[in-house]
Amino acid sequence: MIPAPFEYVAPTSVEEALQALSEHGDDAKVMAGGQSLLPVLRMRLNAPEWVIDLGRIDSMRGIRDDGDAIVIGATTTHHDVLNDALVKEHALLITKAATEVADAQIRHRGTFGGALAHADPAGDLGAPALALGAEFVIVGPGGTRTVAADDFFVDLFETAIGEDELLTEVRIPKHTGWGAHYEKFVRVAHQWPIVAVAATVKADGGTISEARVGLTNMGSTPLRAGGVEEALAGAAASEDGVREAAEKAVDGTNPPSDLNGSAEYRKHLAKVLTRRAVAAAAGG
Amino acid sequence: MTKISMRVDQENVTDDVEPRMLLVQYLREKLGKTGTVIGCDTSNCGACTVHLNGRSVKSCNVLAVQADGGTVDTIERLADDDGTLHPVQEAFRECHGLQCGFCTPGMIMQSVDLLNENPDPTEEEVRLGLEGNLCRCTGYHNIVKSVLYAAQLKKDAANAPQSEGANA
Ligand SMILES: Cc1cc2nc3c(=O)[nH]c(=O)nc-3n(C[C@H](O)[C@H](O)[C@H](O)COP(=O)(O)OP(=O)(O)OC[C@H]3O[C@@H](n4cnc5c(N)ncnc54)[C@H](O)[C@@H]3O)c2cc1C
Ligand code: FES
Ligand code: FES
Repeated sequence: MIPAPFEYVAPTSVEEALQALSEHGDDAKVMAGGQSLLPVLRMRLNAPEWVIDLGRIDSMRGIRDDGDAIVIGATTTHHDVLNDALVKEHALLITKAATEVADAQIRHRGTFGGALAHADPAGDLGAPALALGAEFVIVGPGGTRTVAADDFFVDLFETAIGEDELLTEVRIPKHTGWGAHYEKFVRVAHQWPIVAVAATVKADGGTISEARVGLTNMGSTPLRAGGVEEALAGAAASEDGVREAAEKAVDGTNPPSDLNGSAEYRKHLAKVLTRRAVAAAAGG
Repeated sequence: MTKISMRVDQENVTDDVEPRMLLVQYLREKLGKTGTVIGCDTSNCGACTVHLNGRSVKSCNVLAVQADGGTVDTIERLADDDGTLHPVQEAFRECHGLQCGFCTPGMIMQSVDLLNENPDPTEEEVRLGLEGNLCRCTGYHNIVKSVLYAAQLKKDAANAPQSEGANA
């Protein structure tokens, strides 16, 4: 099936894009890589009158070092993120998770910001962004504001980005030297996880000193496993050492029940995958 | 209608298209390039894989207007003008990497991309690299074999004596 007819505009600057958004407002949809939007339009689940293509705005693409953070432009492709040396050095968890998104073809087109703005609770990048304490730079008619990861994800497919706003870049605080692992559980290739766990860990001589853990698809938004993080401080960097802390992964979660698994099954998975993810991140 | 221009299989093309037209539709319906096929309605199967600006994409999940100004390469220009097959095509034939052949254009275009990025992949890297391409016939085994063989063919060609042309 093909999308319903729409008008198309491809601005070359953020200002032009905001202008187009304010003109067409409710009737418009912005498109980054289109890898989530086009399937929606083709299924006719949505039929905007205007599509505003962000793909020609050079300033929204690319990765840079900004002191204590690295900054990823919203329309940087998954492929470019996962091959980037800066990201690998300072935010290895993002590299690991980006590698797990979809398949090679989709990673060539789909974008970092598009995936986060889409806010699919099964999306692979939300939990890592949350765990790393990412900051989201959002631009609108009223100027630029920065939203903390804790406030960015609002609900299923809903973020803090307003209808007349754009996500332009994401700041990831550096976690240089931290081990990282993204443990994704799927039944078939190149699909969204049933449950996944994002873990990044600072370990000194076989002991975990600090850990950050995010959960994918354990609620309507990505979740931070705060209880696990606390319990991990001082734990031995091995599967046995993290076993007890991993039991806390289900605290405060509200996973869905669907064809891929019941909520109970997901809770079981969350504990097992947390154990594996943390142990792998700690190199244990 | 939106005017688009791009280079497809080494020829310049210009057309007025509806913005909603998919790249795969443009290739097949406007340009008659039916070598690229459509296998699903969900961006899952990879049968429609082509290269856009040198990287593999699912052409059913890209709008023709998004490719404006770009370069598109399809399965149709992979073999040389004189009919000499591309090493990946040669390998699929040699290793029986297809049965009905429907997934083959996409499999081959994705394999070419994979080998461009990683000329010497392990079996696991091949399986992962092709995860976005579905085959209903082969069970994948011979496809993986084909890609590994293609890597070997490309290596052999690179190591072949330079004087080949002079001897011909
Ligand atoms: C077959 C298939 C398998 C997939 N598997 C996975 C998977 O395993 N894991 C996973 O995480 N994802 C998966 N995806 C989704 C993929 O990651 C998409 O690339 C990503 O979710 C969307 O990125 P995009 O740039 O293509 O966004 P688009 O599709 O262009 O946009 C998505 C949404 O975000 C909005 N948006 C985009 N950019 C901005 C911006 N800068 N500011 C404000 N709003 C914006 C759009 O309006 C739209 O609503 C899969 C997709 C497909 C088709
Ligand atoms: S036809 Fe494009 S992925 Fe199936
Ligand atoms: S050979 Fe028939 S689908 Fe692959």
